[in-house]
Amino acid sequence: MIPLSAYLILSGFLFVCGVLGFLIKRNIITIFMSIELMLNGVNLSFVAFAAQWHALSGQVFVFFVMVVAAAEAAVGLAIIIAVYRTRETLNVDQVNLLKL
Amino acid sequence: MLHLILFSIFGAVCVAGAVNLLVQSHPINSALSLIVVMASLAVEYLLLGAEFVAAVQVIVYAGAIMVLFLITIMLLNAGAEERTKGSRVATLLGVPGVVIGGVLVAWTLLHRSDLPMVSIGALKGDPSSIARLLFHDFLLPFEVTSVLILIAIMGAVVLVSRPEVIARGSRKDEQ
Amino acid sequence: MTQNPYLWLVPILPLAGAAINGCFGRRSSKTAITAIALIFSGAAFALALFLAAGFSSASAPYYYDLAHWLRAGALQVDFSFYLDQLSLVMLLVVTGVGFLIHIYSIGYMWDDDGFYRFMAYLNLFMFFMLTLVLAKNYLVMFIGWEGVGLASYLLIGFWFTKDSAASAGKKAFIVNRIGDFGFLIALFLMIKHFNSLDFNAVFAAVQQMPMGAASVGTLTAIGLLLMVGAAGKSAQIPLYVWLPDAMEGPTPVSALIHAATMVTAGVYMVARSSAIFERAPMAMTVVAIIGTLTALFAATIGMAQTDIKKVLAYSTVSQLGYMFMACGVGAFSAGVFHLMTHAFFKGLLFLAAGSVIHGIGGEQDMRKMGGLRKYMPVTFWTMSIATFTIAGFPPLAAFFSKDEILWKAYSSPNGSWIYWLIGVITAFLTSFYMFRLWFLTFFGDYRGGDTKEAEHHSASAHAHSDDSHSGTHGHGHEPHESPWVMLGPLVVLAILSVGGGWVGIGDRFEHFLAPVFQSGAVAEMAHETGAETSGGGTEMTLTIISVAAALLGLLLAGFLYVRRPQLPARIAASLGGLYGLVSHKYYIDELYSALFVKPLVDGSTTILWHGVDQGIIDAAVNESATAARDASDDVRHMQSGNLRSYAGWIAAGGAVVIAYMVWMGVTH
Repeated sequence: MIPLSAYLILSGFLFVCGVLGFLIKRNIITIFMSIELMLNGVNLSFVAFAAQWHALSGQVFVFFVMVVAAAEAAVGLAIIIAVYRTRETLNVDQVNLLKL
Repeated sequence: MLHLILFSIFGAVCVAGAVNLLVQSHPINSALSLIVVMASLAVEYLLLGAEFVAAVQVIVYAGAIMVLFLITIMLLNAGAEERTKGSRVATLLGVPGVVIGGVLVAWTLLHRSDLPMVSIGALKGDPSSIARLLFHDFLLPFEVTSVLILIAIMGAVVLVSRPEVIARGSRKDEQ
Repeated sequence: MTQNPYLWLVPILPLAGAAINGCFGRRSSKTAITAIALIFSGAAFALALFLAAGFSSASAPYYYDLAHWLRAGALQVDFSFYLDQLSLVMLLVVTGVGFLIHIYSIGYMWDDDGFYRFMAYLNLFMFFMLTLVLAKNYLVMFIGWEGVGLASYLLIGFWFTKDSAASAGKKAFIVNRIGDFGFLIALFLMIKHFNSLDFNAVFAAVQQMPMGAASVGTLTAIGLLLMVGAAGKSAQIPLYVWLPDAMEGPTPVSALIHAATMVTAGVYMVARSSAIFERAPMAMTVVAIIGTLTALFAATIGMAQTDIKKVLAYSTVSQLGYMFMACGVGAFSAGVFHLMTHAFFKGLLFLAAGSVIHGIGGEQDMRKMGGLRKYMPVTFWTMSIATFTIAGFPPLAAFFSKDEILWKAYSSPNGSWIYWLIGVITAFLTSFYMFRLWFLTFFGDYRGGDTKEAEHHSASAHAHSDDSHSGTHGHGHEPHESPWVMLGPLVVLAILSVGGGWVGIGDRFEHFLAPVFQSGAVAEMAHETGAETSGGGTEMTLTIISVAAALLGLLLAGFLYVRRPQLPARIAASLGGLYGLVSHKYYIDELYSALFVKPLVDGSTTILWHGVDQGIIDAAVNESATAARDASDDVRHMQSGNLRSYAGWIAAGGAVVIAYMVWMGVTH
């Protein structure tokens, strides 16, 4: 028997790590992986709350999150490859054509 | 007791993997750390009783998505990161911001809420009950996500194909 | 008071003519333009005659309320028209003389490119003048008042491509506006004290005001302010300076507006407000003094002018002074009488001068004229009649009106022998300078030379102005008579100048106008009967003195300009500085320019233009634009295209939201 808040704090920690990775890292693929990390953290808190409220739909929702994450990863990586073809770089600081 | 030990061990592994993802400079190392995180997360799910979700986590997330990441890293020959000029805003504003946000949430959770204790395997999420929910109550989202995947596939194919591949394809048709 | 539904038609007819000619005249043939202009102004004249024929003193005054205008608290002002004896006299003068001048203008302005514009403006002027004359309240009168100022501006600056003409138009309008300001303040005082602007209401309220210092003070203020307005419109001291410059306009304009009708609007207004003036003796004295001084002042300037139109302009100012002198001593009907005869003979003088100018190809300098009676007989005879009239010879029109004024100035309870003396001296001067004009223009040898001299006057003010109609006469011409379309009105006006004064014999005119000036008439009648019995002999003596003055002027002018033509130049040279002062109009224009115009212009340039307009308004607009630009310049750095900075902003914003939520959770 452990308090639910432990799971939630773990999930929050994973989420914060994901955001930090997004802010700190320069490689676009690493940034994508941080996004996946964020999603994982959120999944954990979904399951934890499902356990608290005894609602199985929390776990069903995790299922959907994973599906969407998969689709997003596919498309995102395709975009990365397309950008790499034109820009020859994976450094996100050098892809700033939208600057004013 | 067992619950606490298992939770702590695999929780520590999660944390270590997440921190390692941040620390490593080569993306392949970060990808492997992420796999470690996902695996230990699967154990955590199991501790909460979500069997189906844990299995799907390993199969889909760690087994397919991360493999995709690894293939991409390999394809693009991504090397270690060089140091380039970063963004001042990100480091000065974002990092403290998110850290403060996280600390606040943690503090709230610890001091102010009245969350219950959970036992090991609290909510049994076996495939049949999940399926019952999935195909009765959540049928529409289920179907919509399948359309979503179809779109993602099409988008990925279009984005990645080179122009001469398409041209070659059409010339092949004429021959 | 009886209703008369035709009253409003009289002003509207010329307005219709002006609208038609103004809108369609540019593409119409000159015949069509002429027809429109004459039909509408002629119709107005015909309607005026019809109204006069149906006029009966028993059912007078007539009125007609055309439409509601404004209601503001207790004040109620409508578009109302009014016809009583005074308005009838003015109406006939304006429409009659106006119609004649329309006919004259056809001949005078035929070759001008802006022919349609001229006829449209003339009709427009008639509309405004008729509105002024037929108004039933001060505000409708003010519409006409302002409108004739506008028409005057348009017509003086008719040849607007000429700098001097445009400036003269501007000067006239601005000086008029100063007078209008006084008029407006008087109207405000009336609204404040009487809560109405309707003539009858105001005059009734004036009668009922208690006798006392306060009411006299109010009425004096109103009267003085009305006089300011009249001084602006009727060119009295100190606002007369626009009238000589107004001679830049074509001669029919000078005849109609600056001799016969517009400048008399001030006299009409003072006469109409007789009830107010009668109860404010100090204001009346001021009116009389201004009128008398102006008469003398202008006459002295007129003696030294060499431009034929300028002489007539100063003569107009002087004669207007006579009318104000009459009003100032309480002889309002005498002032109106002189107004009527003045319209005839001054209109005739201007039109004849225009005929002269037209006939010698645009020259206006009298030193280049002479001996023209051989070339232009009709013009000569009509102008002679007018000259003898203005000098005051019996039995011509002005003799009766001018003598009436001089007698009333002497004998009226508000009058004094000083007014009379200055009036007689002015009559002498009037006779002198008019006959000087007469001799210089029509007698002696023609000093015009060949047309080369006339064309060399490109720098002078007049050659360009009247050149437009010398085109048809070709070059190298000698003086010739004008066409009959121009001579016809001259003849009609000459007949009126001869017989126009006979309506005043036996005080018939005064009795006709008596119901209008009722308030003072009672006091006047009492004095009249008393004065006539004992003053019959005095009146005859004074009449003989004024006729003698006129004769003296004729003889002196004849001596100086026909017998000994070298004498004037020698006298002028010997008088030296004094002559220079007079011939430069006492440097009044320069004085005004230095005192008022230059400080205003400098002040406006420095304070209003550079300071307010550029410094504050433009700066405010420019500064706000600069501020917006600078602000967005700072903000645009947010759009750096850098992914991580975007994420940083999001994270920071998220932290703020979380903090807020936690705080809300903690405090509640």
